[in-house]
Amino acid sequence: MKSDSRLAVDLLGIQMNTPVMTASGTFGFGEEFADFTDLEELGAVVVKGTTLQPRRGNDGVRIAETPDGMLNCIGLENPGVDYFLQTILPRISKYHMNVIVNISGGSAEEYGQLAERLDVPGVAAIELNVSCPNVKDGGIIFGTDPKAAAEVVTQAKKHTKKPVILKLSPNVTDIAEMARAGEAAGADALSLINTLMGMAIDIRTWRPVLGNLTGGLSGPCVKPVALRMVWQASQAVKIPIIGMGGIMTAEDAVEFFLAGSSAIAVGTANFCDPSVTKKIICGLEDYLEQRKLSHISDIVGQLIVDKE
Amino acid sequence: MTLPKLALDTEILQNTKVGDDIYALTVHGGALVNQAQPGQFIHLQIPAENVFLRRPFGIADTDEGTLTMYYRVTGKGTRALTGLQQGDTVNCLGPLGNGFSLSSKRPLLVGGGMGLAPLLLLAKSFQGEVDVLMGGRNHSELFWKDIFEPHVHEIFIATDDGSMGTKGFTTELLPELLGKRKYDCIYTCGPEIMMRGIAKIAAQHDILCQVSLEKRMACGLGACLSCVCDTANGERRKICKDGPVFWAQDVFFAK
Repeated sequence: MKSDSRLAVDLLGIQMNTPVMTASGTFGFGEEFADFTDLEELGAVVVKGTTLQPRRGNDGVRIAETPDGMLNCIGLENPGVDYFLQTILPRISKYHMNVIVNISGGSAEEYGQLAERLDVPGVAAIELNVSCPNVKDGGIIFGTDPKAAAEVVTQAKKHTKKPVILKLSPNVTDIAEMARAGEAAGADALSLINTLMGMAIDIRTWRPVLGNLTGGLSGPCVKPVALRMVWQASQAVKIPIIGMGGIMTAEDAVEFFLAGSSAIAVGTANFCDPSVTKKIICGLEDYLEQRKLSHISDIVGQLIVDKE
Repeated sequence: MTLPKLALDTEILQNTKVGDDIYALTVHGGALVNQAQPGQFIHLQIPAENVFLRRPFGIADTDEGTLTMYYRVTGKGTRALTGLQQGDTVNCLGPLGNGFSLSSKRPLLVGGGMGLAPLLLLAKSFQGEVDVLMGGRNHSELFWKDIFEPHVHEIFIATDDGSMGTKGFTTELLPELLGKRKYDCIYTCGPEIMMRGIAKIAAQHDILCQVSLEKRMACGLGACLSCVCDTANGERRKICKDGPVFWAQDVFFAK
């Protein structure tokens, strides 16, 4: 498959064949999906959240299905940055995909150290996970306090020449404030949304379904929230936005572009259909064709809001 | 070399009740059929409202282009699955995971309840040179006897209520069986408590043992990390990709 040049974009200096990326934690290291989609045609593969030390993740039940979505509490299980650099990154280089590494730290300094370690060829950009709801030591605090988020961005920017993307948590009152804080601290782009904190209870046992008690909600059920937040953030900042949250189809993706996303990421939908990214790319080509549009950028942020 | 995995829309040939709340689902498996190894599974997209994620089912049988899975109705996904009919389409993702080792010369299969499903294809692969010990709650749960009979040498049965075979658990019958016959490998699938018991007895008799694990999973491809299990060396393994079949000593150990 060779995608339409009308979908080719330059985002943060990264040449992308399409503006369709994958969301961290839903696509492994890309290689797991090589049988089902064309990895080279994806804008970028954002790999599983990486930490300085390997992490075992949470114990007990890690997922629960919900109406039109799911809860997860994986807890950032990952083999650590050293293993990623020594073993995984060389192994996936054969797929010629843009690799963006999602990083998570327990302190702003740790984000700086991770950014520095990952300032290597083969890594296209860094995404700062300041919003994992499933780990106790850090994560969420950086995502809900604008000053803490800004400090994480400052540290990361200081230690890498790669573009730095700040991934925002939806678990805040004012997403625009978080977006502005990220931009002011020097983030090159924003990605949103991460999962919404949620819960499920087993009425037979009177116990929480998830081992971690609470988890992150994702899937089409969160799309309206995600879309609203992308729109609000896009009104607040000038840096590009990577929109995500419940995208299942090309039509969903078009909504995110109209709301102000320069690129979009597909997450939970990969679990339902491992070929979904390919279908979304085809669907976007069809949409541009039907609307007689010359480039995907023609719809970015073009939401029409009638004034009274 | 690993064969490519496929996600295929398959036509349902049969979806019939074979026991209390238990169904056999047969589909036109297409290219999935020739690739399927005993112990591997299919991740099924159930086309129903409010069933969002796929559901994993062990491959129980392959025959002339068809693929058969057995399922028990345990929740809304499997309940919705019972409503599908001949001619309907379901998307099958697979074959997934690593199957059983086929190197045994004198195999014994030990299955409990629905755990017998993936052991059927394994039994067939041994072409008659295999015994099976099956356990279930009662007589009606052991419709499996007739299904296994043409493919195995001997069948031993234990039921919780004694309505068929010996009264008791497979773990109670196994030591006696091992005293009488020589086996070089035990393959087990069923409730985890049963498999742990079987694995322990196998270890006491110095017999190799493989177990097939099960856990809630989302992607089935090793990406989401929903279905990990602990292993003896302290690392975690993905049941969907590194399993579902493991050597017992790698996953059942004193913590």
